[in-house]
Amino acid sequence: MNEPTVWQRLQKRNTAKLCLAITAFVVLAAVAGPFLLPSGYGDLTSNQFAPPSLSHLFGTDLNGRDVLFRVLEGARISLLVGGAGALISFFVGTAYGLISGYAGGKIDAFMMRGIEILYSVPRLIIILVFINAFDSGLKHWFAALHWDTFIAYSRIIILILCLGLIEWLTMARIVRGQVLALKSQQFVAAARSLGQSHVKIVTRHLLPNLVGVVVVYLTLTIPAVIMDESFLSFLGLGIQAPQASWGSLLSDGAQVINPVRSYWWLLVFPAAVMSSTLLAFNFLGDALRDALDPRQRK
Amino acid sequence: MTAFILRRLVSMLLVLFCVVSLTFLLARLAPGSPFDKERTPPPWIKERQLQKYQLNGTLWQQYTSYMRDVVHGNLRVSFRYRNRTVNELLAQTLPVTATIGLAAFLIATTAGIWLGCLAAARHHTPTDTGAMLGALFAISIPTFVTGPLLILVFGLNLRWLPIGGWGNWSDILLPAITLAGPYTAYIARIMRTGMLDVLGQDFIRTARAKGLTERKIVYKHAVKVAILPVVSFLGPLAANLLTGSIVIETIFNIPGAGSFFVNSILNKDMFLLCGVTIVYCTLLVGLNLCVDVAYTFLDRRIKLYE
Repeated sequence: MNEPTVWQRLQKRNTAKLCLAITAFVVLAAVAGPFLLPSGYGDLTSNQFAPPSLSHLFGTDLNGRDVLFRVLEGARISLLVGGAGALISFFVGTAYGLISGYAGGKIDAFMMRGIEILYSVPRLIIILVFINAFDSGLKHWFAALHWDTFIAYSRIIILILCLGLIEWLTMARIVRGQVLALKSQQFVAAARSLGQSHVKIVTRHLLPNLVGVVVVYLTLTIPAVIMDESFLSFLGLGIQAPQASWGSLLSDGAQVINPVRSYWWLLVFPAAVMSSTLLAFNFLGDALRDALDPRQRK
Repeated sequence: MTAFILRRLVSMLLVLFCVVSLTFLLARLAPGSPFDKERTPPPWIKERQLQKYQLNGTLWQQYTSYMRDVVHGNLRVSFRYRNRTVNELLAQTLPVTATIGLAAFLIATTAGIWLGCLAAARHHTPTDTGAMLGALFAISIPTFVTGPLLILVFGLNLRWLPIGGWGNWSDILLPAITLAGPYTAYIARIMRTGMLDVLGQDFIRTARAKGLTERKIVYKHAVKVAILPVVSFLGPLAANLLTGSIVIETIFNIPGAGSFFVNSILNKDMFLLCGVTIVYCTLLVGLNLCVDVAYTFLDRRIKLYE
């Protein structure tokens, strides 16, 4: 087995390495950045709409807060929602695809028809109805349980849950296809004829072989969830002030664009950070997919 | 074919029924209503209000009476826009949304298919790499970034196009391009993959052996087969365009149904919310049925060819 591993193939691509570095940098900056900036950058000051300068690299916003600080804070929430949402979608999608592919026959046909239907309804619109129906309910529930720290985060929690529950369709399809292919292979037939239980076949033989594909689609789901979250926040229906995500920052930035005076830094910097992060994730996902693609191994 | 369409119609009605019920129940059970003022009104006033909007009685009674109205095409009255029915509001705003959606749809499909063909025909050339890199950019940059940036460049700096509003034909251009951007990229990618697969097949080799020009091979022979994955993407595309137009309408200040949807959530305007959701879902599920029928039709013809 002298075939290069996926990791080695990925290492050969310089752009993929660059994208990995960008994502790592953004994650690191989001986690550590707000601590490294001078204290008070997130406070309300009278220094409104200051253009970018040495002390405020990205300028300041309507309330005199440093835009770099806000962007990093937004990165925390956007990445948290993206990561956690993708993780939920990973569990749901893998489970759905596994069951559908492994069961086969009528169950499979039925489950796949369900996915087709879900593809065709405006999921984000229905999810909006969900979020607004359950948000205050969750708040009351936390209050009743005296989990006071969670009350401020109820919006984020509901966002993560809902977005995770809509972005699993592609994952389920891919996993199912893979399971169908694996199921017909000889080692699975051998395991079955040896009398292994279904659970063991799934966990010992199928799941380890699915890791590759699943990781690729996990990488591609993270930017999708981040995009959905900022879509909702941009409309004012996602993250609520004073918390910020990239979407809500962009919404603030888009509002102050007018013919009289444009505060371009409020729009350009969050847009640049968000777009380059999403680009890096998408590029990385594509590169991983190519690296895993058996057709490219010739 | 008839059996297929009938089966689809039944499942379509089932989906719509589920969506309508779910939306009604969620909107009704969500805490807070436009009747909640700072002062709690006496019970008899509240009862009167509920009666006016046919929201009295048990939940089951409310639900069945609403469903009966919906079946008869009556989406009831808005809470917020006094004395205006949801039907009226939608009749005013839906054509606007449909125009943008259609324009974006045309742009995305034509540009996407053309770009995809171009990239596949010139596989492993800078054109191909450039087109695919561009597609990745278009997919990664959200429309609410490209929209304001396009306004900034074409509206405010160059002053070529209006920055928003609705009325002239030139108002459609910027919103439609913004909305179409990412989906052009998706279609280009799907088209390119499909085309590359097809270009490796035997009948293309035959066409080449016959001495046909490359242009004729790609645009006349290969396109017919390679376009199928794009056709099956048209359903999800319609869903995405409809959802995406909500943001576009907000950015460009367009009086479409999308902004009503957002406002209905913020204002807890229950019947408007249900109405918009129902209409959007019906539109989409119907469009999907059309796409499915078109697909089987196309697919059958191709089987005959092969």
